[in-house]
Order: sequence, then structure tokens, then C-alpha cells
Amino acid sequence: MATRKLKDVFIVDGSRTPFLKAKGKPGPFSAADLAFNAARSLLARQTFSAEDLDEVIIGCVIPGPSEANISRILALRLGCTVTTPAWTVQRNCASGLQSLDSAALNIATGRSDLILAGGAEAMSHAPLLLNIHMLNLLLRLRSSKNIFQRLNTLSHLRPLHLKPVIALLCGLTDPVVGLNMGQTAEIIAHRFGISRKEMDAYAVRSHQRLAEAQDSGYLEEIETMFDGNGNYYDHDEGLYRETSTEKLAKMKPVFDRLAGSVTAANSSQVTDGAAMLILASSEAIKKHNLPVMGKIIDTRWASLDPSEMGLGPAHAIPPLLQAHKLKPSDIDFWEINEAFAAQVLACLRAWEDEDYCRNELGLKSTFGSIDPEKLNVDGGGISLGHPVGASGARIVLHLLHVLKRHGARRGIASLCIGGGQGGAMLIERTGG
Amino acid sequence: MKNTEQSKHWYTELDKNMIAWLHFDMAGTGTNVLSAEVLNELSEELAVLKHKEIQGLIILSDKKNGFIAGADIKEFTKFQSPEEASNMIRQGQAVFERLENMPYPTVSMIHGFCLGGGMELALACNYRVAEDHEKTKLGLPEVKLGIHPGFGGTVRLPRLTGALKAMDIMLSGRTLNAQQAKKAGMVDYVVPKRHLKKMAVMCIQDRMPVRKPSLWLRLSNAFFIRPLLKIMILRNLKTRVSKEHYPAPFAIVDLWAKYYSNQKTMMKEEALSVAKLMTGTTSQNLVRIFFLSESLKSMGREIEFPVSHIHVIGAGVMGGDIAAWCALQGFTVTLQDREAKFIAPAMKRAYSLFNKRLKQPRLVQKTMDRLMPDINGKTGLKKADVIIEAIFENADAKKALYKEIEPQLKPNALLATNTSSIPLENLSEALSNPGRLVGLHFFNPVAKMPLVEIVKGTSTDDEEVKKAASFAQKISRLPLPVKSTPGFLVNRILMPYMLEAVTMAEEGSSPAEIDRAAVKFGMPMGPLLLADTVGLDICLHVAEIISEGIEMPVPEKLRAMTKKGNLGRKSGQGFYRYKNGRQIIPSGSQTSSSDHDLTDRLILRMVNEAVACLNEGVVENAELLDAGVIFGTGFAPFRGGPLNYWRTEGEAGLNKRLTELEAHYGRRFHPAGQLKGAHA
Repeated sequence: MATRKLKDVFIVDGSRTPFLKAKGKPGPFSAADLAFNAARSLLARQTFSAEDLDEVIIGCVIPGPSEANISRILALRLGCTVTTPAWTVQRNCASGLQSLDSAALNIATGRSDLILAGGAEAMSHAPLLLNIHMLNLLLRLRSSKNIFQRLNTLSHLRPLHLKPVIALLCGLTDPVVGLNMGQTAEIIAHRFGISRKEMDAYAVRSHQRLAEAQDSGYLEEIETMFDGNGNYYDHDEGLYRETSTEKLAKMKPVFDRLAGSVTAANSSQVTDGAAMLILASSEAIKKHNLPVMGKIIDTRWASLDPSEMGLGPAHAIPPLLQAHKLKPSDIDFWEINEAFAAQVLACLRAWEDEDYCRNELGLKSTFGSIDPEKLNVDGGGISLGHPVGASGARIVLHLLHVLKRHGARRGIASLCIGGGQGGAMLIERTGG
Repeated sequence: MKNTEQSKHWYTELDKNMIAWLHFDMAGTGTNVLSAEVLNELSEELAVLKHKEIQGLIILSDKKNGFIAGADIKEFTKFQSPEEASNMIRQGQAVFERLENMPYPTVSMIHGFCLGGGMELALACNYRVAEDHEKTKLGLPEVKLGIHPGFGGTVRLPRLTGALKAMDIMLSGRTLNAQQAKKAGMVDYVVPKRHLKKMAVMCIQDRMPVRKPSLWLRLSNAFFIRPLLKIMILRNLKTRVSKEHYPAPFAIVDLWAKYYSNQKTMMKEEALSVAKLMTGTTSQNLVRIFFLSESLKSMGREIEFPVSHIHVIGAGVMGGDIAAWCALQGFTVTLQDREAKFIAPAMKRAYSLFNKRLKQPRLVQKTMDRLMPDINGKTGLKKADVIIEAIFENADAKKALYKEIEPQLKPNALLATNTSSIPLENLSEALSNPGRLVGLHFFNPVAKMPLVEIVKGTSTDDEEVKKAASFAQKISRLPLPVKSTPGFLVNRILMPYMLEAVTMAEEGSSPAEIDRAAVKFGMPMGPLLLADTVGLDICLHVAEIISEGIEMPVPEKLRAMTKKGNLGRKSGQGFYRYKNGRQIIPSGSQTSSSDHDLTDRLILRMVNEAVACLNEGVVENAELLDAGVIFGTGFAPFRGGPLNYWRTEGEAGLNKRLTELEAHYGRRFHPAGQLKGAHA
């Protein structure tokens, strides 16, 4: 197959919802509502209308039961024409990044010119399911012919039947290796000798950085949301300003309960949110006279042992830089999604470890160190939350804002992915 | 196959199954109504069809908007005497009786509206099949015109639905959607459009079962139950309307209670009763109002002004509610304010309005999706076709805003202000094109008040006034063009009436007594309860503005109460006491004093002000003035408006009474003079 010249992919604009902390009950917005709120304001300020979009792509891990192809619902609610295709992508924690990558590919190959892409997740809406025993019992009850049969069937009801399946916990557990995500973080923390203290310090810094970003008005990509009960939501709710290493030291480990170090406070938060971006070809830019925030240069995906899934970025980023003949020092700012403090720190440690770089990453020497002052500069999943489907789109969008603020050019956005994968996207800011 | 060449409005087709399809397609109009000519032709069609060897008859409409909208209201005004009216009604009854007695099954195939006489025609068929669609509306709304069903509706509906449901439908005049009508028993089958014809044919070919009312429903019409039910129904009815003002619903109950056992007599009595009502003043005034509302609507049709996006600035009570109303009417709306906290309460009110009106969560969401908060107007200003400014009443703030937004607006966009007190001439100074500013004065509560005053300043372009009227029409509001004078029309006329009530309270009359005098006259709400509801601070503000222009003393009591913070419903204490926004009805306050003087003082100040407004040219003519006051204040509709009242009561008498009151109470009762330019 002859290689075609791929077209440039531009990022025009983007918006996101505030990230809303799950408070033990379904939050005020479904995943479709979240995506809609982010996208409606975004589209309203464009020179084109929803009808001009070629397609809509959303990443979402657990759409609500009535929104299986959540993207199509979003497209129609936004006022796209009925002839606008819309599809939903799922790559666990990187679903939002996957949607941008899918959109970028379709633009690069010339299939589409103008795409709305992003991610949405209402983790607080994840359902409780009936377990298989209860399901069987109900099916038997349904086929019972008379009242005696029915009573007989019902007499088999046991407490076991009533134990619900919590979809969110299932989603955060790897069924192949039988570990939940927190345990995989414990595994790599152990492997690279990351202490509880380091993790907590990292978490505190994440909150401090978000607090500063909020106070300085750096989070301009947030669109205020309103519900029907007179409330409005205009900031990320996960921020805990009073946090300190002393306070975090008191938290109990939640995954390896006896001797572990990963706590709720040095892990990302269960959160609802959405982030949406507009991607365009140069033709669409010209046609609608659109501004340009930046360019998507390339994306790489990597896979590794599911029990070490947190090292995904360590595997995805080096090949991406190599493909573009770049060194870590060529990158101005980094966003590595904070699933766990341990996991971000492990990635950094891995790149400094010659043994790991040679044997596991196939590099000739160490990949190198990354300046912590250029990584997640305005906080991350630990402070503002990690709505799994949305985070990938959020970090790309925010990275663009960071590059702009610093007048910088290149950035890398990367995530670890439950199930043992990593994804990384290289973007470039264009213009002044 | 057309078999009756002489019919202008009807034609029959015979299909291969030997079913006759009788199409109603009224000539020269987009809406089917039952005029005398139409009924005559129907009678002839039926006479021919009666003798045909066919399987059955299906009656359907060729009009897009519906089946039949009702009787031809224009003909109501032609009758000189009850006898003439009764003859015409009896003829109509005879046509429907012919339909009812056809020798084979008959079906009405209903889409869109099926109201009044149209519903009665359907009731005379064996089957009613209706389209399952939100636009399907069935009902007998005759009472809204001061009459009641006259083509057998009062006889046939109770038979189908039982007495209680039938009375509910006829006494309220409300319309039912297809599903509600099915549940009530008014229609037999409700199917989507794709099955409508098939279902009508099935009724005939398969002799589908007709809906039979249950034993209990049939019993509700029994001779020994009716007297008891009548007491119950009347007790309920009296809490809503008075017999003196609105005799029609009471006539329905009487007819049914007295004659239901003998349906032939009941038919005759029904016709006599309608004829009597039709030639009475209540009905004539209500019909007049119907035509006035039609003429207001037609003002909105003078030019083509396409609107899809509306931008409202200011999310306070008025701005927020205007935005919600526009979204409910199907438009894209952006709602601007400075901060989210000012917009959030408006979104809450919108959400509760949409839930109340639309019920289905899917539709509520769709409407909420159209209503977009827009902090600082970042997105809506540039795209909107209509911009409505509804920020607080401060001329400098408004002018500064106009300066800022004018360069951002689309060139053809309508720029309107909801000011109720600042002269447009003052505000439009801030614009580089002063001619584009027009007033769109909505009333509170927006979702309930049908009128919008279209305010024209001396600098306002005529074109913009027409655009504003067209916009009002698009959001189902009645446009009333008024001159930019203090208080415009509605507040200007309401205020003397409310202030007089405050003065009377000051003199020592009890609020309940004062309000009762107004309600007895036919006002929807007493003036003091109204003042409490609007807020006494707002009343004072409006009163002060109006009294700058005309002589209208503001009672000290109003200032004193406002100063004390007794602002009415919102503060819990005004002329009445309120708990959680609900009035606490004082017990044992019934007094039997003669309130003749009270009524005259209240009403004559209002009527006198109306004469002054007309003479000053605040509105173009007396018809518009009456319409404006009725739709803007709820002024006793059965009296046909203040100027109609002035005319019917007699100008000389009223002027004499005003002079008397002036001698007794002061100059505010000075007669405004002769009524000019009334051409009624």
C-alpha cells in the first residue's frame, strides 16, 4: 500500500465542565448532560454551527443504560443534523485520548474535516447490578406457571441473591490478573521503592497546584453548569485546600490494607466530568475562518503487564519521541494523568533506571529525567479527579492552555490505562 | 368520484370496499368551521348518502391543521333575536341527528383540533378515531365565548363519558389531547397517523366494539342521582365563577339536571338556552374579545421577521421568565447576566415551568437544552435575532449597556427593552442608531399574562415596531402598540385603581371588603391582593413614575408600608398576611356593608383613566385599548373592556357620577371628558 501524505490536524477550541466530586449518590448530571454542557457553550461561540460538523466522537467507559452510544445522543441534542455520524470509543482510562486520536486520524486521512471529540464520564452514576443468582431466580419466577410454582421459586431467595454487583468496582478491577487498580499501583511502588511519604508529598503538591491555578484564573476552559434546582457548578470540587503531608500521613491504605501505602488521598478521585474539543483540517479552518490553538502531531499506544498498568506512559512516550526525533528536553510541558501518585512517580523513576530502560523499554540507555516543574503544573487527577472517559481529553485541552500561558511550543499528554496499556499524544501550539 | 356537484365544501369518494369517505375541505380558508352554508351542504350530502348501498361512512378533513375548529364565530354576531338564533341551531341539530341515524356505521377520523361544533359532529358518529399526536386537541370550549354546546353536545357527551367527566369538560371548556380524550371516553381509538385510515376502515368492516361507559358512569346520569350530583357540581362551580357574570356553565348544569331523562326535550331546551346566551351581553362581549385578540394577533403578521435565536440580558424575575417562555415556545435562547449566581434561580424557575407544562422528561430536557446561560454575553449577542434587555431600572446602566453591545449585534437584529418606566427617547440616545430601540413590555408572571406592550418612542422606526409585534406573535403573546408615555397603557390604568384601593384602606375600609367590591364587579383579583402580589415597593415605584406625568396623588399609606418593609407577599406582610407566600385568610371577616360606593370609586377611576389614555392617543383606538386592558389586567372580560363599559353604562351617567365623586373625594375623580374616536 502506498503511503498517502497525511493532512495536518488542528485543535480549534475546547471546553470542559467543572469536575464534580462523587458524593456517595448519583450526581446532578448524566454523562450525556456533562458532554452536552461542555459542547453547547463550545459550539455556541464558533463561527459555524453544529450542523457543519462531520462527525462526533466521544470516549466514555460506562455510559448510562439509556445512552449506550452516548455520542449520537450528544450530537442530536446539540442540533447536529440527523445525517451526522456519531460514535463512542472505549479504551478505559484513555477513552478521551482515544477519541481525539480517532478524530485526528479521520482528519489526517481526509475522511472528515471538522470533528467534535472528547470524553465524558459520570462515575457517580455507575449502576448497581443484579448478581447472576438473582437474575436466574427472576427468570425462573417469570416462567413459573402458577402461584404455587411462584411461591416455590421465591422460597429459594437467599441473602446471597440480594448482594448487588457494583459496576464501578468491577470496572476498576482487572479480571485477568484479579487485581484492582490500587493494587497495581502498590506493585509498581514496591518495584521502584516509592515511599508513602513521596506519594503523599506528590498528592499535596497536586492540590497546591490546583489551588494556585484556580486562584490565578488559569482554568479558563471550564464552562459553568446549571441544574434545574437553582445550583450552579463553576469549579473543580476535588480540591482540598487544607491538605498537608501531616494530614495525609494519617490516612489508612485502602488496597493493601495491612502494609500498603496507596491511600484514597494519594489516588485520583471518583468524579463526574466531560471535556470536548473541536478538531479541524486546514480546509475547514479556511472555510469557517477558525482560530487555531494547536496541532495534534502524533499519538502512540503501548501495552504491558496488566499488573503494572501504571507504567503505561513510561512505555508509550519514548517511542513517540523517537518517531519524531525528539528528546525529553525538547518537550516544554508534560501532562501525565495522575491515576495514582505512586504510578506517576514510578514512570519518572523507570525512565531514570538504566536497567528498566534497556530491558523493558528497549532503549540503549536511560530515557532521562523530567523536570517536575514542567509536569502537571496545574494539578491533576489526584486534586481535580479522574472521570475515566474524560481525563484524556482534559489533559490535552489543558496542556494547550499551559503552553499558551508560557509561550511554549511542545507538549506531551499521556495516561496509564487499566488492563495494562499506555497512550501518549504529542501536540504543538501554533501561533504567537 | 364526486357525486354532488353543488357542494363547495364537501365531497365524497367511494372506495372499493364500498365505504364512503366524506371529505370536509372548506373553500377559501385554511381552517374548517361549521358555517350555516357548510351545515346545509352537509345535510344534502347526508341525504344523498343515506340511500346508498354502502358499508359505512367516514368523515375526514382535508385541512392540514385539523378536523373542525368549531362553529363560525362570525355568524354569532348576526342574530337579531333569540328566536332567529334558536332556529339556526335547531337546523344544525337536525343535520347531526341525520348523521346519528344513518343506516350504517359512521366514523369521524380526527387529526389536529376537533373543537366545539366539530366535536359535536364527531359525537354524532358511531365511532371517533383520533390521531395520536401532540397537536390533536379535542374539546367543547363554548363556555369561553359565553355559550355552551348547541348541536347536541350537552346530550351526547354525558352519555359517553358519564356526567362528572362531561361536566368537567364542558364547564371548564378545556381541551384534551388524544390520550386524555380516549381515557375520558370521548374517542374510541387513538392510533398514529400511519394507521388512522386503516383503523377507520376496521371500525366499519370489523364492527369494532364501541366504547361503552361503565355501569357507574351510566348511573351518574340517572334521574335519582342527578339532583345530588347537581348540588356537588354547582358548589364547585360557584367557587370559580359567578352566575351573574358567566351564566353559560350554570345553564349546562341546569339543562342536564332537568332534562337528561328526556333527550328530545333536552335538545330543544339546549337550542333555546344557547340562543338566549348568544344574544346576551356576556356572550357578545366575550365574542368581541375573541375578535379583538384576533386583531391583535394580526398585527404580528404585518411583516416577515424570521427569528430563531433570542438573547435576554438580565436574569432577574422578568428577564429570566421571558427567556424561559421563549425557550418553551421553541426558540434557542441565551440568557445573559454578570455572574452564575444571578442566572441559577432563573434556570430553576424555567425547569419548574417546563416540567409543569411539558410533563415528559424528554421534552423538558429538550427545552432546557435550548435555554443556554451566557455569562457576560460571550456567545449569544452576536448570533441573536432578538435582544431583550431586562436589567434593573436605571437609565445610565441601560445606556452604558447599549453602547457596549450595539456594535456586536447583527445588523437586522431587533433590540428591545423591557423597561416599564424609563422613556425610550432617553434610552435610545445611547445608540448610534436610536431608531432601532423598541420597548417590549412583558407582564408578571410572563407565562400567564398574554399581553406584551410594544412601546414606540418618538425616535423608534416603524419597521422595528412591526418586527417587535411579529416577534410577540411568534412567542404566542398578543402585541399591543403603545406610545412611550409614563406607565404606557396597562400600568397607567391599573395604578389609579390600586391607589384608590389603598386610599380606601387608609380611610378605614377593610382590605377584604375593598377587594370583594372589585371581584364582585368581575376583576380576577382584588386591587390590594394584586398590590401585595406585585410588591408594594414596585407599586410605589410605578406610581411615582406615572404621577410625574399626570395628576395622581400617591397615598401616604403606601409609602409608610413600604418604608416599614411591609412589601406584600414577598415579605410576608402587606395588606394581608402571608406564610410561605400563601395568603392567610382571616376568619370571620365577612361584612355586609353596602359596597356600591367602593366599587364605583375603584372602577370609575380605572375607566376614567382609560378615557384619558384614549384621548391622549396612548393607543390607537378604543378597540385596542379595551383589548389591552382586558389581556393586560384581566379587566372583567364579560364587560368587554373599560371603554365598552363606559359606552354601555352611558357616558352622561358616568360623568355625572364622577362629578359627584369629585365633589366628595377630590380632583382625582375629575371627568377625563368625552370619549374621542371611538368607532364601535
